[in-house]
Amino acid sequence: MEDIQEGKDIKATTTPDIASEEMVLNLGPQHPATHGVLKLVLKLDGETVTKCTPYIGYLHRGMEKLSEHRTYFQIIPLTDRLDYISAMSNNTGYCIAVEKLFGIEAPERAQFIRTIAAEMSRILSHLLWLGTHALDIGAMTVFLYCFREREKFLDLFERLCGARLTVSYLRIGGVRNDTEQKWLEDLYDLTEEFPARIAQYETLIDQNRIWLQRTKGIGVISAEDAINMGLSGPVLRGSGVAYDIRKFMPYAAYDKVQWEVPIGKNGDVYDRYRVRMEELRQSNSIIRQCIEKIPAGAIMADAPKFVLPSKDDVLTDIEHLIHHFVLITKGTQAAPEGEVYVATEAPKGELGFYIVSNGEGKPYRLRIRTPSFVHISALPKLCEGALLADVVANIGSIDIVLGECDR
Amino acid sequence: MEPLEIANKLKEKFPDEVIDIADFRGQVSVSVNRDRVLDICGYLYNEPDISMNYLSDLCGVDYPEKKFRFEVVYNLYSLKHRHALRVKALIPEHEPSVNSVTGVWAGANWHEREAYDMYGIIFKGHPDLRRILLPEDWEGFPQRKNYPLKGPEGWEYKEFKKVKELHSRDDEWGIK
Repeated sequence: MEDIQEGKDIKATTTPDIASEEMVLNLGPQHPATHGVLKLVLKLDGETVTKCTPYIGYLHRGMEKLSEHRTYFQIIPLTDRLDYISAMSNNTGYCIAVEKLFGIEAPERAQFIRTIAAEMSRILSHLLWLGTHALDIGAMTVFLYCFREREKFLDLFERLCGARLTVSYLRIGGVRNDTEQKWLEDLYDLTEEFPARIAQYETLIDQNRIWLQRTKGIGVISAEDAINMGLSGPVLRGSGVAYDIRKFMPYAAYDKVQWEVPIGKNGDVYDRYRVRMEELRQSNSIIRQCIEKIPAGAIMADAPKFVLPSKDDVLTDIEHLIHHFVLITKGTQAAPEGEVYVATEAPKGELGFYIVSNGEGKPYRLRIRTPSFVHISALPKLCEGALLADVVANIGSIDIVLGECDR
Repeated sequence: MEPLEIANKLKEKFPDEVIDIADFRGQVSVSVNRDRVLDICGYLYNEPDISMNYLSDLCGVDYPEKKFRFEVVYNLYSLKHRHALRVKALIPEHEPSVNSVTGVWAGANWHEREAYDMYGIIFKGHPDLRRILLPEDWEGFPQRKNYPLKGPEGWEYKEFKKVKELHSRDDEWGIK
């Protein structure tokens, strides 16, 4: 009897000591759950995170500095390597920004092809996100199903432009090559079966008790905070703010198709998951409408000062050959002086290009505002006060790619 | 509101601060003195008609030839009224500093750290101003125009020197 009494006393005196011992944990930079080379230094009180400090820059390649020494054409492949799982969206963002600077516009057919390509890359990005996010939280099966569909979309990319990841498909003033009718038909067939696939993913996790417990009420961020921190894309929409650049400042062919902006209510991990799942359906519907409405016509703008001449002309005509040579070696000689900031809706959020031109063939300053950079800066807010296991759920839910964070 | 209207309203409110208003491709940039940037941003944020509640982007630019060498560019957007404005704070070379706007938009935090990292612009009142993309012991500010693309001639990052030292006797020890 006395022993038990003693035991109780020991417990009562030791518990506060255990709790007061702070532990510092390095998560990353080589950790599968950080989705790249992100390092988080976590201070833990038991299992509760008291302080979270992200360290980035492991993938910093000096892209902004490098761009100041490259012509406008040469920057397109660099943009592939920003968010390397949705290269088409980055190409679109960059080309639209440069076109705005030059004051040219791509022809309508090119706009539709761009929209199709950008939405395909949104689907690809969201599928990779869903697979890895679920894998992090412990739902292994979804990963395999997501990659099954990703493969089909990537095969279509390969048929379209020869590459699966670093596509470099868009050109300033249009796209590199036209699509075949057969390609469009095959894509249409794929979009017909894709909604059933989305439903299939949902049956795997939507009602799963573990999934719900790991995501509902976790990583809550209010609409005011989300706006103030500059969050964008599905993360902002998960908090109930219907800010979608495709609706607010339509570009490409987004104003010619009908679609809705899905928003969440609570701003937790689960709502961000729901928003992205709904976006998959919307993207699918946008692609279908674009294929139905795509007009015939040119794929490159008629602006010889900025746009490369067609290969046939270059091979047969000396004027075009000289023109091509000057554009490639020196860049365009007619760039106006000025500056533009153009934002587009990449799969992960607002992708902005701020270009300062001083009239040379290369940009004077190219600033890339990437969604992942801003989203990682919000991680401390999401993680502090939460449990260690929720850190992984939070990282997954903001959908980051370190390539675009570090540039 | 049209962006030009906002710019003119800003000029009315701060006649001494606004230096220049430029309109290019429908986007308006307002160059302002750096001293009262915080007041200007606070005004743009709080004024109900303008309500610039979203900081799209913040970055530095280097113009070595100009009177004010550095610029800090604020790309602002209003989610409420759906209009945009660009504010540029002009910063002299001899004292590259400006007040931090993290108190207005929390999202400015990392953008300002990056501008400091790349251009050496000091943001006064920033909660945690240290290098972000480069290592903490990096010397120089790489995105300044006088910083060569491949780094200064003959210069090596000191951690890299250590690695080279470590491998300097590989042949001797038969390591391939």
